[in-house]
Amino acid sequence: MSSALDIDGLVKDAEASISAARTTEDIRQVATEVGGKRSPLAEAHRALGALDPGARKELGRLLYEARTTIDALVERRRTEIRFAEMQATMESDRIDLSEFIPGTVKSSPTRGHLHLVSQTRDALEDVFVGMGFEVAEGPDIETDWFNFGALNIPPAHPARGMWDTFYLNLGAPESTLLRTHTSPVQIHLMEAAVVNGDLPIHAVMPGRCYRRDTPDARHLPVFHQIEGLVVDKGITFADLAGTIEVFTAAYFGSDIHSRLRPAYFPFTEPSAEFEVTCTICHGEGCRTCSQTGWIELGGCGMVDPAVFDAVGIDPDQWTGFAFGFGIDRCAQMRHQIADMRALNENDIRFLRQF
Amino acid sequence: MRVPLSWLRDFAPFDGDPAGLGATLDDLGLVVEEIQRVGEGLGDVVIARVDEIALITGADKIRRIVVDAGDGPIEVVCGAWNFEVGDLVPLAPVGAVLPGGFTIGRRKMKGVVSNGMLCSGRELELTDDGEGIMVLNRVEDAHPGQRFTEAMGIETDVVFDIAVEANRPDAWSIAGVARDLAARLGLPFTIPVVDGRASAGVGGEGASIETLTSVRVDDAELCPRFTARVITGVVVGPSPKWLAHRLSLAGMRSINNVVDASNYVMLELGQPTHPYDLDRLGGGGLVIRRAAQGETITTLDGVVRVLGRPGPGLDDTGEDCLICDAEGTPVGIGGVMGGASSEIGADTTRVLLETAYFVPMAIARTSKRLALRTEASARYERGCDPEGIDRAADRFCELLAMTAGSTASVASGTIDIRGDVPTPVKLAVRASRVNDLLGTGFTASQIAALLDPIGITAEEVRADDEGPDAGVLQVTAPTFRPDIRPAPMGESDIIEEVARTYGYSRLPRRMPAWPQPGRLTVYQRDRRRLKEVLCGLGASEAWTSTFVGDFDQTMSGADPPYIEVTNPLVESERYLRTSMVPGLVRAVIYNSERRQGDVRLFEVGTVFQYPESPPVDPEDGPPADMSERLCAVFCAEGDDAWTAVAAWHAIADALAIADWSMLAAGGPTSAVLHTYRSAGLSSVVETPPDELGIIWKSTQLGVVGELDPYIVGSLGLLGRDGRARRVGWLDLDIGTLLDRVSVPRKPEVSRPISRFPSSDLDLAFAVDNDIPAGGVERALRRAGGDQLESVELFDVFRGDVVGDGRRSLAFRLRLCSIDHTLNDEELAELRSRCIAAVEKGGKAALR
Repeated sequence: MSSALDIDGLVKDAEASISAARTTEDIRQVATEVGGKRSPLAEAHRALGALDPGARKELGRLLYEARTTIDALVERRRTEIRFAEMQATMESDRIDLSEFIPGTVKSSPTRGHLHLVSQTRDALEDVFVGMGFEVAEGPDIETDWFNFGALNIPPAHPARGMWDTFYLNLGAPESTLLRTHTSPVQIHLMEAAVVNGDLPIHAVMPGRCYRRDTPDARHLPVFHQIEGLVVDKGITFADLAGTIEVFTAAYFGSDIHSRLRPAYFPFTEPSAEFEVTCTICHGEGCRTCSQTGWIELGGCGMVDPAVFDAVGIDPDQWTGFAFGFGIDRCAQMRHQIADMRALNENDIRFLRQF
Repeated sequence: MRVPLSWLRDFAPFDGDPAGLGATLDDLGLVVEEIQRVGEGLGDVVIARVDEIALITGADKIRRIVVDAGDGPIEVVCGAWNFEVGDLVPLAPVGAVLPGGFTIGRRKMKGVVSNGMLCSGRELELTDDGEGIMVLNRVEDAHPGQRFTEAMGIETDVVFDIAVEANRPDAWSIAGVARDLAARLGLPFTIPVVDGRASAGVGGEGASIETLTSVRVDDAELCPRFTARVITGVVVGPSPKWLAHRLSLAGMRSINNVVDASNYVMLELGQPTHPYDLDRLGGGGLVIRRAAQGETITTLDGVVRVLGRPGPGLDDTGEDCLICDAEGTPVGIGGVMGGASSEIGADTTRVLLETAYFVPMAIARTSKRLALRTEASARYERGCDPEGIDRAADRFCELLAMTAGSTASVASGTIDIRGDVPTPVKLAVRASRVNDLLGTGFTASQIAALLDPIGITAEEVRADDEGPDAGVLQVTAPTFRPDIRPAPMGESDIIEEVARTYGYSRLPRRMPAWPQPGRLTVYQRDRRRLKEVLCGLGASEAWTSTFVGDFDQTMSGADPPYIEVTNPLVESERYLRTSMVPGLVRAVIYNSERRQGDVRLFEVGTVFQYPESPPVDPEDGPPADMSERLCAVFCAEGDDAWTAVAAWHAIADALAIADWSMLAAGGPTSAVLHTYRSAGLSSVVETPPDELGIIWKSTQLGVVGELDPYIVGSLGLLGRDGRARRVGWLDLDIGTLLDRVSVPRKPEVSRPISRFPSSDLDLAFAVDNDIPAGGVERALRRAGGDQLESVELFDVFRGDVVGDGRRSLAFRLRLCSIDHTLNDEELAELRSRCIAAVEKGGKAALR
């Protein structure tokens, strides 16, 4: 009988006892039996001393391997049993949650707080609803067509560099993505209006957007925007400028004004950026506004005929304007939040301030 | 782009206050991000020679320096160590006022008096180098005592840092900015005419270009126009001071006279050029072709680039334009970057200049695919002027002839291989359309006058006076304005130019009005109400990450595949969340680590499941399974599953949900998480007449319960006793919950309140464990009918008295009639009806 066969049998026996264990107590006992001081393994180890150095080394290695195997088996079985026992406890502890007796749950002495972004979004929505806008929403995941193509930004268009895009492994490479702006909701709205024959559109579209920016004090890769779209008869750039001005005063206060300056967006023409009076210095000039008295808030413009073409609206019959800006940015400006990252840390001391 | 005012003045006589010019540029959409004044406050700085350097006892950072600025030794203390005895350095003597208004005073440091300051480039606001002081040994003719500005050829200047929009390649040049600015200010704008050959050096008109080189274009689709010029007898060396200084003001380093001339032309005119060492081109010429798949080239930056392979982007078929020498060896990626092999070197004598037009989209794709963005590629991908090529090449030759020594000679003739380049866009613009879009009242001639100074010609083809809004203009947009599209879209582009040159700030404003009312949808109003309910329960709203990692997905219990981000910011954010629970638990942990773990948090947001069928038509819309959910975790002291159940009761009440059920333990719960004591919530649409616990038609709404303590514990969220915190949890699909069709609400019609007294009736039943208390309650409500005002569970009891597998449920029923006081017989009748309803089926018995 060679010593190697001996060890194989030893491991097999141990394996049988280990898998026979059913409870935590079982496995504790088995562990002692197969690996304890009086186990065959320990006996064999003690017998090593009597062997010549060559045989001792060889058998020692085999015993070490056997020990490792048995320990691992014990540990695995122990975890299995612990999990099964926990499942059983939880199963037996299941209760009928419809046995709820009103008045038995302690109510909170304090009220919770809506997130500052929600409060800002609600306030912005309310201002626009008061100005005659509906509120529309769209999906976070879009196809290239809705986020770019229909907005007059074909593949490889240099303007795509304006948005660092998160693409998704869905369908063809770079065909689906997380929307980089709320503008695709415009396309959904216009397409639906064309299909249903219910133009005009007067809507704002708030929502979550994604850009592959490393987070810093002024940027988050996940952020919120609100977009506006008006498509109606006789709508002009004057209506756009007027709407921005009325909104600015209504949201920020009557001493805050707006101004437009030329800019480029592929989906509007003419395009503009809009700035509002610096809310810190009220136009006097300070560090926040780089002494200009103005803070850039968002982009806007008249809907580009290429966009109307993509959704099938006749640009000679209908004209429209669109605008968009950051909800988080509004909150940051209004509440003087130095670091944007405070918005998604979820520190209760921050949440409770608003 | 950095635009020095002095350079702008080459094109128009700009005058006046820089701030005013800056504001005008802003109003033109050439947004000025910074106005920098250069060379101001340098008047007091002089050149000094270092005569002695000595250590100061007890100081290891500063040294005592003796310099001579023309009239004897001056002792100063200096903290920089980058110079030696004999070096020429700038010295600001005592009393000098440096840029930024800093006055130099006499100071004593470690017992040594410092009579001035040796200056770094940053202190003089000339360079970004603040590490060491400027060493001026190489400045021609510089000598001690000389004014620093004189030695350096510095004049006071203003640099505008301008952000140019992506659609204005023409404005991405000094000349382009000058054109727009001059137009607005009503100043004459001229680009000086250059004659490349006449400006040749002493060598006079050189040999004919055809005898010196050859060019062949094999792919005119990628490179529609290619021109070559040759300059011989070039001596490569440093550029003159004025040229190097201009480049430096514009933010570019001076390299040598050849490279500098190329950069200068690009900055000034917006046209990239590429100079090759003609003697290092195999076969002495160029071939322009499409790169073969997998072909490689080592670019100037020393990187080996693989070309001709389709990229991941949409429609990217991998077409790269390759510039090769006449023997076919690649020497550059067309429009992106040159190769190392034919770079201009110190020994270059014959320069071949490439000035070309590459197809913008192809350059954009090549640049994106290779992740190689250069000054040239950025300009080409936006669209350079195919007709600006000759002027740029001439300007290059002129500059090189001026700077490359007396032997420099421009070969006569140009090799010009011309294919299908963009031509000027011609389109009709209606004055009526301009006014309809801008809300203005411009006449056709006013419009023409606004367009003319920016190089857009407009000819009246139908006069204004032929009727109201009659004016029509035939407009021609020059090739340097690729942003202006042909008709019909181009009309809007022209309208923007009208608005821009007129001034956005001068355009009218009005508040539009329409008859349709503004409003929130019912869904949006209900969602706000839902959040208010949660706030009322002491829960605050969180905003957790949409991106999660493997562990979060496992914890959510969702099976793969998950929607994966192709290019995540970090590996732990590579998936879109399938549940908001992990995010909220992490938020609780964040607070717990700050000793404020007693919180209730909720979030309303989107979760994402991998779609069952892959997207088909991209125009059909988003190819993913997204749902809006409300998720709440209750983790205040004493919270558990019952806290979440109470929250659900409050929500159901606030939304007036007609009937709902909570599936009992052992029933199907949601598979979204390993949970403990959870129950599925559903809206009940139809139930059989009187069977306990059975529902015919229901809609799943979500889950309520308690998080698995094993998971909570493994995340490290422990209570004061060291054991896992108990966390009540609620997760609702609000898209379904707020849909009034699948989840019916209580009727809107009011129910009259009875003015007659009511009677209470307590009934306790022993009920089988598999029958939920909610089922018993529903049976009672149905049996009681109109006369049952309310029913409420008030006691639950388990024990031997009740028997194994059952528990006692005690309900209080309040009975009342609308039109009379219920008498004893009626009450008895109601009582037996209610008991019968519960006992039917044998799963419950009155105790």
